[in-house]
Amino acid sequence: MADRIADPWGPRTPYPQGGDWPVRVDEYTDGPVDRWVQSACVLCSHGCALDIGVRDGKIVGVRGREVDRVNHGRLGPKGLYGWQANNSGDRLLHPLVRRDGELREASWDEAMDLVAERSRELLATKGSGALGFYTTGQLFLEDYYTLALIARGGIGTNHLDGNTRLCTATAGQALKETFGCDGQPNGVHDIEYCDTILHVGINTAETQTVLWMHELDRLRGADPPRTIVIDPRETESAREAQVHLAIKPGTNLAVLNGLAQQLIENDCIDREFVDVNTIGFDALEKTVSSYTPERVAEICGVAAADVRRAAEIIGEAEHLLTFVLQGVYQSHQATASACAANNVNLLRGMIGRPGAGILQMNGQPTAQNTRETGCNGDLPAFRNWQNEAHVAELAGLWNVEPLQIPHWGPPTHAMEIFRYAEQGSIEFLWVIGTNPAVSLPELHRIRSILSREGLFLVVSDAFLSETARLADVVLPAAIWGEKTGTFTNTDRTVHLSEQAVQPPGDVRSDIETFLDYAQRLDLRDKDGQPLVKWSTPEECFEAWKECTRGRPCDYTGLSYEKLRGGSGIQWPCNDEAPDGTERLYTDLTFPTFPEICEDYGHDVQTGATFSEAEFKALGPQGRAVLKAAEWTPPHEWAGDEYPFALATGRTVYHFHTRTKTGRAPELQAAAPDAWVELCAKDAERLGVSEGDMLRVSSPRGSVEAPARVGGPREGVVFIPFHYGYWDVGDEAGPDGRPRAANELTMTIWDPVSKQPQLKTAAVKVEKLG
Amino acid sequence: MRIGPLLAHLRELEAGVAAELRAAAERHRDDHDVYHQCHTFAVTADKRVQKLEPLAERYGGKSTWKSAVGDGSDDLLEDLRSLYLRAQESAITWVMVMQAAKAARDQELLTLATECQSETEVQAKWFMTRIKTGAPQALVVA
Repeated sequence: MADRIADPWGPRTPYPQGGDWPVRVDEYTDGPVDRWVQSACVLCSHGCALDIGVRDGKIVGVRGREVDRVNHGRLGPKGLYGWQANNSGDRLLHPLVRRDGELREASWDEAMDLVAERSRELLATKGSGALGFYTTGQLFLEDYYTLALIARGGIGTNHLDGNTRLCTATAGQALKETFGCDGQPNGVHDIEYCDTILHVGINTAETQTVLWMHELDRLRGADPPRTIVIDPRETESAREAQVHLAIKPGTNLAVLNGLAQQLIENDCIDREFVDVNTIGFDALEKTVSSYTPERVAEICGVAAADVRRAAEIIGEAEHLLTFVLQGVYQSHQATASACAANNVNLLRGMIGRPGAGILQMNGQPTAQNTRETGCNGDLPAFRNWQNEAHVAELAGLWNVEPLQIPHWGPPTHAMEIFRYAEQGSIEFLWVIGTNPAVSLPELHRIRSILSREGLFLVVSDAFLSETARLADVVLPAAIWGEKTGTFTNTDRTVHLSEQAVQPPGDVRSDIETFLDYAQRLDLRDKDGQPLVKWSTPEECFEAWKECTRGRPCDYTGLSYEKLRGGSGIQWPCNDEAPDGTERLYTDLTFPTFPEICEDYGHDVQTGATFSEAEFKALGPQGRAVLKAAEWTPPHEWAGDEYPFALATGRTVYHFHTRTKTGRAPELQAAAPDAWVELCAKDAERLGVSEGDMLRVSSPRGSVEAPARVGGPREGVVFIPFHYGYWDVGDEAGPDGRPRAANELTMTIWDPVSKQPQLKTAAVKVEKLG
Repeated sequence: MRIGPLLAHLRELEAGVAAELRAAAERHRDDHDVYHQCHTFAVTADKRVQKLEPLAERYGGKSTWKSAVGDGSDDLLEDLRSLYLRAQESAITWVMVMQAAKAARDQELLTLATECQSETEVQAKWFMTRIKTGAPQALVVA
């Protein structure tokens, strides 16, 4: 096999518009394989189907599944090499409990007794609001649904959120604002039919390598699509584009409003579609009218001619596909901008057809399930917390009183959970499969919250992460390949991932740990029966199916058996659509009916919540909502003292805080340490050459890392967010050589989706030594 | 005709809102969303004062009205309640101006008042949203 570190995307297999994407099976194993076990990759949101190779009870490799709709056999470098982390010598093998200030090995009984005892004490003295749960986008559906039932239906706390808040909260929110409900409108196969792709704040080549292969193979085939990239960095995707709008960070909304202005001015809009299938056009037209190419050029720092050219290409498209990701979601005015991207497609009537539509992408492999199951700011199966009938349905399914399920407001978002912990009103925090000590903004603040006297911190993880080091109790978790469950990728494809090997040591799967917790707390339903009615992942999946019946994310047509052997299947999958559903809204009817919708929406400028009455008065009734907002400058804007804008992000060889990819030798060797990217012009001005050690500082902290010249536009520095401190000595920690990008970032979030603005910070750059 | 004194009052009211929002932002620096949103809203209140200026000049007269809302507080929830009431006070005062503008056949004033009324209404709604999400924890758990 080709060296996929040197060539992350492997050899091209071109195909024309409307053609089938050829199969190419990627495989990487360490020696022979005894048996192959069906699964899918958990190292980005694409969810490529693969088989896990096993020899002597050990994972020894992976092979892409050629039958699967998502990847046709391909794998990206993270998927090909990342499995080696399972076999890493520093896995946590036993629970740890803090005694005399040190984490010491303990039995499950000791550890879980402590967790349950502290929970019971707080429930008795302070109530359920003293307990918080912060989970991830990397467990399986069955883990999440069990946790959602325990936290919301059993304990009755509103404080359950996921790190998906940092990742795809805005994707879900923008879909709710525009279409009334979460749910990816289109699928990855739309790449095969489109003639134009608009990329907004997305670097598919690095973040979703197999999606990029799918796209790149079209670009190398007959009738390639024209592409536009909006990104402050000159990425691989940008180099392939007809138009690259290298905007200043924090100006997404201005450029997207500018595209809408041009489409309207050039009369390139689908009047009939807009009249019949949307509401809000007049307000949108009024709002965007002042965003002329000249004004956009001024705000965003791009050429007016390029804005015109991009709008022309979009205006000429017959099959326009729009991709959106973190460049929007983690930026200033995130939800308003993601809605503005939806507006571009809606103005052109580009939705619900092959090659025409929107992918508001996810970042993590199972983020969709965090959102669906109620672990990320919504009630399970996209139920609306403001809709009493939805809450009553859920209470019926769980056999609890409706008032037991907190629904006095939206579920508490992650940043607010940490604020309550900072203030001391949350005294029990269970962090599951995520590493906030590296991934949340303004790390000195997060470290001080997590180490706070009076906060009982429980961490479930496979490794002793930076966060686990601060815990009172650490629970060792089984990971992918060591447990069975399902998960859903960014285009609604559900995959089954079978257990391939036994977990090492005393390690347990998260669902087992949660079931044990529920039992120790003796959580009961309203008839005095045990609250959680299942004991295996498959039983949980069956219960989940009932929870989704009749909802937009209908899983009732799926089963473990149906998911075995062939391809993954896209929800909704039910009696009407037994083979799943490739794209939503083909009849141009959207779930904006008050009795169906997941959310009554917000004023996207401020985040003020609309009530049921206001939503009814707006009256979308099956039409999509064009949401308009004015661009405003970011809260921190590069100036005299801090002249650069900071962008942080994911790169091709690593995932998140490198918990797994840093333990895969090829990936670790490919990018062992943090770096700072800046453009040649800025480098020259500062007298910086490739490899020079730099210190980047913001009002909140600093990072020291070597320079890489090239990439971002002038006035912008980029730092990957992967690097923390677990694999360097203490002298290289935050007080020695700080290298975590989030030392610099700001504590501020989008007013609608509550996603932290990890790409809005002003910094200065100094050369060291 | 009492439009002049009402506009003079509204000018004081909005200037007071801007000052109070900035003071509240500083009081609640560690509640980061409140901090940033109050500053953002303060800028919009400044703009309302600016836009009102020429019209208040045109109508002339001094304010004979009193503000109905009290001082701020270090308690976040209490402060959010006064900020909500301040926004509502602005909003309802803009309603009065809208009505007066209609009767005075003053299209320029009506356009401004309509725009500012809905802006202040949305800002009040934001404080309502923030109170609804923050009150349970502040009143039941903390």
